[in-house]
Amino acid sequence: MALRTEPAPARSSEPVNRTPAAKRGSGRRHDRDEVAGYVFLSPWLLGLMGVTAIPMLLSLYLSFTNYDVLSPLSEVEFVGWANYRRMFTSDPSYLHSVRVTLSFALIAVPLKLATALGVALLLNRAFRGVGVFRGLFYLPSLLGGSVALAIVWVNVFNREGAFNSLLAVFGIEGAPWVNDPRFALETLMVLAIWQFGAPMVIFLAGLKQVPLELYEAASVDGAGAWRKFFHVTLPMLSPVIFFNLVLETINGFQGFTSAFVLSNGTGGPVDATLMYTLNLYLTGFTELEMGYASAMAWVFLVAIALITTLLFATGRFWVHYSDAEDR
Amino acid sequence: MRTWPRTVVLLAILAVVLYPLVWMVGTSFKSQAEIVNNIGLVPREFTPGNFARGWTNFDVSFGRFFLNNAMVSLLTVVGNAVSCLLAAYAFARLRFRLRRLWFAVMIGTLLLPGHVLIVPQYILFRTFGWVGGNWPYLPLLVPQFLATEAFFVFLMVQFMRGIPRELDEAAKIDGASSFTVFFHVILPLSRPALVTTAIFSFIWTWNDFFRQLVYLSDLEDYTVPVALTLFIDSTSESAVGPMFAMSLLSLVPVFLFFVAFQRLLVEGINTSGLKG
Repeated sequence: MALRTEPAPARSSEPVNRTPAAKRGSGRRHDRDEVAGYVFLSPWLLGLMGVTAIPMLLSLYLSFTNYDVLSPLSEVEFVGWANYRRMFTSDPSYLHSVRVTLSFALIAVPLKLATALGVALLLNRAFRGVGVFRGLFYLPSLLGGSVALAIVWVNVFNREGAFNSLLAVFGIEGAPWVNDPRFALETLMVLAIWQFGAPMVIFLAGLKQVPLELYEAASVDGAGAWRKFFHVTLPMLSPVIFFNLVLETINGFQGFTSAFVLSNGTGGPVDATLMYTLNLYLTGFTELEMGYASAMAWVFLVAIALITTLLFATGRFWVHYSDAEDR
Repeated sequence: MRTWPRTVVLLAILAVVLYPLVWMVGTSFKSQAEIVNNIGLVPREFTPGNFARGWTNFDVSFGRFFLNNAMVSLLTVVGNAVSCLLAAYAFARLRFRLRRLWFAVMIGTLLLPGHVLIVPQYILFRTFGWVGGNWPYLPLLVPQFLATEAFFVFLMVQFMRGIPRELDEAAKIDGASSFTVFFHVILPLSRPALVTTAIFSFIWTWNDFFRQLVYLSDLEDYTVPVALTLFIDSTSESAVGPMFAMSLLSLVPVFLFFVAFQRLLVEGINTSGLKG
């Protein structure tokens, strides 16, 4: 099974051997669809220009200005690299938000993927009720990104919340997790890991594709369960692990809703949950420093592009596309 | 291998996964005193009054917020279904200059983090006078009618590639234009992809928060997620019951979709990027 972030080579979608009849008949006239193609593509093209490309170029320009939304665009003042310099040299809360976001992604993403893989392995057998388990494990992925669930989560980890009540049963005294700067970000990580269902479903689809012959061959060679896992399952699953890793990393950097709800839109306690996107929101929409926020957005974009490229570069060393030929 | 250890582990994980959800349902029905004292999942006495109090907790009732949310979500569904289908047909079936370039660009936007675009889009929409204008939903909805959700375009392209080409070829030999092929061959056969797109557009938009937070500033325009954050501002203890009741209510539509389309949700979209 080949991982495909890009669709099949365009070649395969062209009719390879056009029959003589089609050529002689009206086929010639429809050989190309210049007009129709652009008619059907026009909404997308308009969106690409109007909603993506032009705003991005505009914000690239504004990132070199002190634009503040309130004054008209014609009166903005060009400030050169000042916004970018400020980010890295004189804005501690910016650098702090970078650290918060990095530690969130570096801890939550691997744990979420490990949980997803572990549960997928448990579910990768036919037994009664497997569909119910799969469905219910997936449910948090549908609900977890909402404001409603973030509200519930904050209350679970409150001083008088459900989690501390549970600890009290075992005689352990809890902490006011969400109000303690040492633990606030961790509660958000747990919320992210709780939504392991989406990558789990992808892992399950991948596990179904591992040929049974490989396990049989490994058994014949005397391999135990662990060796089979490390030498058959993991390599065969590596394209899917890679797919999930890229997807979840990009998502992990963008956590906003839960951090906003936990801190009531401040990034607190003591900036503990000041995720990059939350900082961006506060800078642009509360402080109205749109020029500076534009610069932040561009650094964010470049950083994500770099990290994705880095992931793809390391992927060469550990992702096996064993059957890349026949797909 | 015996199955019971596996079942025990799975049940334990399930308990952890479902605990917050069950606790939310229980708390929505607890009285003020019980929320503080009763740590159990089941309320000792059912207090449905939380729902009535939550519904009218603010100057504008939650009925309005739900209507706003439903309108935004349904229009988004229509916009995504129509515009993404048109673009997908062009990419999957038509041959025109620069098609491959545009396709590569579309794949590129697939990886573009949505939050990056918030600031630049806001600036542009503001210069159009759409922000705080007569109808504050324009900035939320216009992009949805311009196939900007590249994920759905990609999903539909992949789906259309599975429709046998002989069908369009046959129609074209009979003299059908690209438009006729679209309306009479591709559109009817693309129903499954349209259903998937519709369901996910609805759920994602229903839960969406960031963009709605940025663009909606008048209380009566608020959608449910934005309105829910008002409860956090009023941190008084007495609002916890109503807050949970409204949170629970806001998740009901998503839950109903989950029940109705479970198989499709679990298997459909998540694996669509993997199918060869």
